[in-house]
Amino acid sequence: MTDISQSAAVPGTAPQRPAATLSARLARWLPRLVMAPSFLVVLIGVYLFIAWTLWISLSSSAMLPRYDFVGLEQYVRLWNTPRWHTAVINLFLFTGLFLAVTIALGLLMAILLDQNIRAEGVLRTVYLYPMALSFIVTGTAWKWVLNPELGVEKVVQSWGWDTFAFDWITRPETAIYCVVIAAVWQSTGFAMAIFLAGLRGIDSSIIKAAQIEGASLPRIYASIIVPLLRPAFLSVIVLLSYISIKSFDLVLALTNAGPGGSTEMPSTFMFAYTFQRNQMGVGAASAIMMLMTVAAIIIPYLYSELREDTHGH
Amino acid sequence: MATLDINRVRKAYGNLEVLKEVNISVGDGEFLVLLGPSGCGKSTLLNIIAGLEDITGGEVLIGNRVVNDLPPKDRDIAMVFQSYALYPTMTVRQNIEFGMKIRGIPAEERAKATNAAAEMLQMTGLLDRKPSQLSGGQRQRVAMGRAIVRHPDLFLFDEPLSNLDAKLRVDMRTEIKRLHQRLGTTIVYVTHDQIEAMTLATKVAVMKGGVVQHFGPPQEVYDRPANTYVARFVGSPAMNIIPGWLLASDGVPTVAFDTPQGEAVVRGVPLSAETAHRFAGRDVLVGIRPEHFGLDPSGTVPVGVDVVEPTGPDTLIVFAAGGTEVVARLEPFDAQVGRQERFSVKAEKVVLFDPATETRLD
Amino acid sequence: MATKSLARQQMLGRLFIYSALILLALYYLMPLWVMVTTSLKPLDEIYSGSFIGLPQEITFEAWSKAWSGACIGTECTGLRPYFVNSIMMVVPAVLLSTGLGALNGYVLTKWRFKGANLVFGMMLFGCFLPYQAVILPMAQVLGRLGLSGSIPGLVLVHTVYGICFTSLFFRNYFITIPDELTKAAQIDGAGFFRIFLSIMLPAALPIIVVSCIWQFTQVWNDFLFGVSFTSGSDTPITVALNNIVNVTTGRKQYNVDMASAMIAAIPTLLVYVVAGRYFVRGLTAGAVKG
Repeated sequence: MTDISQSAAVPGTAPQRPAATLSARLARWLPRLVMAPSFLVVLIGVYLFIAWTLWISLSSSAMLPRYDFVGLEQYVRLWNTPRWHTAVINLFLFTGLFLAVTIALGLLMAILLDQNIRAEGVLRTVYLYPMALSFIVTGTAWKWVLNPELGVEKVVQSWGWDTFAFDWITRPETAIYCVVIAAVWQSTGFAMAIFLAGLRGIDSSIIKAAQIEGASLPRIYASIIVPLLRPAFLSVIVLLSYISIKSFDLVLALTNAGPGGSTEMPSTFMFAYTFQRNQMGVGAASAIMMLMTVAAIIIPYLYSELREDTHGH
Repeated sequence: MATLDINRVRKAYGNLEVLKEVNISVGDGEFLVLLGPSGCGKSTLLNIIAGLEDITGGEVLIGNRVVNDLPPKDRDIAMVFQSYALYPTMTVRQNIEFGMKIRGIPAEERAKATNAAAEMLQMTGLLDRKPSQLSGGQRQRVAMGRAIVRHPDLFLFDEPLSNLDAKLRVDMRTEIKRLHQRLGTTIVYVTHDQIEAMTLATKVAVMKGGVVQHFGPPQEVYDRPANTYVARFVGSPAMNIIPGWLLASDGVPTVAFDTPQGEAVVRGVPLSAETAHRFAGRDVLVGIRPEHFGLDPSGTVPVGVDVVEPTGPDTLIVFAAGGTEVVARLEPFDAQVGRQERFSVKAEKVVLFDPATETRLD
Repeated sequence: MATKSLARQQMLGRLFIYSALILLALYYLMPLWVMVTTSLKPLDEIYSGSFIGLPQEITFEAWSKAWSGACIGTECTGLRPYFVNSIMMVVPAVLLSTGLGALNGYVLTKWRFKGANLVFGMMLFGCFLPYQAVILPMAQVLGRLGLSGSIPGLVLVHTVYGICFTSLFFRNYFITIPDELTKAAQIDGAGFFRIFLSIMLPAALPIIVVSCIWQFTQVWNDFLFGVSFTSGSDTPITVALNNIVNVTTGRKQYNVDMASAMIAAIPTLLVYVVAGRYFVRGLTAGAVKG
């Protein structure tokens, strides 16, 4: 005992200070205590539940959870389900188109709006309002617009173009493009807002310098400004991918995964197998596949964002 | 009012040692300036005195009381921050009264103290404004007012003038000096500006790499810097450090250095007989402040003028000596680039350093 | 001559920009226009082929039916009870998650502890969680807590996952407030909660608004949790709307569908119109650094 206390008193090791009072010790721990409940519910609600879902996906659960272990059986079953193949193909098709169109349109709108537009505030409000809507509302509205009997097709035909056909939503090969149209409509404003913020953050003297060098405006945008928007592109791509992977309500409201399961997505698949078809194990396996896809995109993104963040300080 | 003793204070973040065995003691009513470049540990030391950061080793005593484990509010201190740290949603009056309110001081007394402080700092008209409506100098005053009403044992200033423009900085410097003279409270003041240190301090601690390089009255730091680092950091233009050698001569310590125009000799530099004997014939670093050169046709330093920089009251002459660039501050004269002149040196002001350790030779 | 043609070129450019912007605006407004006009038309007019035009005869019949008469399953109560459900769900969920998020952001920036970055990173991932991965266990837990199928259950779920977002908002906001402010307050003698209540919260008003608006729209618009954890008369409005729209019996009442969609959309649209600036800030805060 004496040895320990002596070694503690050697300069350069532990500081010699009287025991802190109880209230001082409490004050030290207070911040952590305050955060503890939030952290705990996140720990349970996110991480423990993910593990739990993983467990179910490795069990033979069907209508009710059963906690046995059957290895990757449910995953094998999942990948042997044609409906899941449709869902995965649709996801890639949808994500690719949705990203390409939303980014192109959003960037165009941001650049156009950045040209000293008089009614900028009003236009921005108009472009962005769909983002405030529920996907269910969006789906309901577009279902009506795309309705071939009474919607756009009928209107164009009534203008005299008798052969005009826009019945995509009723045809299995094309229905997924209707989901793309509605999703683009809802999300372009979001891409525009991020690009616009990026454009506003660019030092205008760079543009002046390029103008003095004789570069034309399109040239300036193509070779100077758009490359400077790299961080905005990254954010938009990541966040839109995330939206597309979890998009569930829109598909359900617009096509209800139909016609004939042609617009099935992983999210609707998961819901159907878990809650309607009593194949909980397969549903859980599909949920884990979704999670892994999101994690593969999000974790590197968060890592790079946070690392830059600490560099900044 | 109180004394302040910092005994063997150490601070480490993991393996990174930012303060290594710092020792400083100042008496009641002194004005201590912690001077050094950013990253030297001066702000960390101030935060430790304030109790805003934990101490890794050693002791801090305020008024002979160990305060290591006291929270900031129990240390009888007040602090003025570089960013002023005014509470943005409160008016000036609420800002000043916030601390008193927490300590449960009755409203009348609070108002009285606030009004007195406001009068002292000439900001009575600002009491109902928000910080965002004030200029930089006014915010500075509010921050000082907030500190004054505490009647602390110890005032802590963390680079309080760095965010002000040059003219205002000079005015506020005078104001802080006046405040110290009027209140007589002990002050610890952190800055990287050596002029602030010279004008304000009664004691200066020059810091670098978590170590106090020189602790003493400002004039001493200026005249007899402990090492070449302090010599170069304090004074503008900095002290010239010229490689030269000590002559073995007849009891009067004499140094010499080369210039392209010939050998320069300075007789009678301050050096103890013992050190003079030890270094006789060996290399030394010769420290000469720019203002200690003089234009003198019979001077012992031959000079070829490289650059002429008139500043108004003085003219700076840049020339080469001992393989380095040397600056002399002279009374204005008709200086011509390329011309040869002769300078004299105030020998009694010369400081010598050991070339191996770069510390001062006495 | 040269300057004249240059000016003309510039004018043509402006003309192009403005027409592009206006066309886009019309495209974005079209679905809303169709929703509103359809909801005000009598059903016969709709079936006779008027889709894009103004109603010849304005009637609020569809609205009143959507509000208090439309059938959801076998119950013909309209959306009113579900609207109330959503309100009962949104208000506590928004207040709880914003309050806790503010505390978390405060601790994460002003009282950094060892491992704080890890805690923050783990919460951040919660913002990007595909909820499908937690639905099954959540259903089990809600059942065991006796909260399954109830609005309080949904409040709990939305609070848990909302904390991730609100903590991010407040953390990113408080990090811009200089640490010297908390130091000054500590020297003034203020403690943990005093600093939070007297100094941080009053300074955080804009981000409180952002957090409330974000949570409001998220929770109000949620469908997945609602449809997974509740049924019958306990569902929030989005689920009820989907049920109305998906009724397949009889002649489809498009005007009632559109009126129902409008009723479900109005609260968030209203928030957007009144406080759009804050809404956009919440959206772009998803880009982590804001």
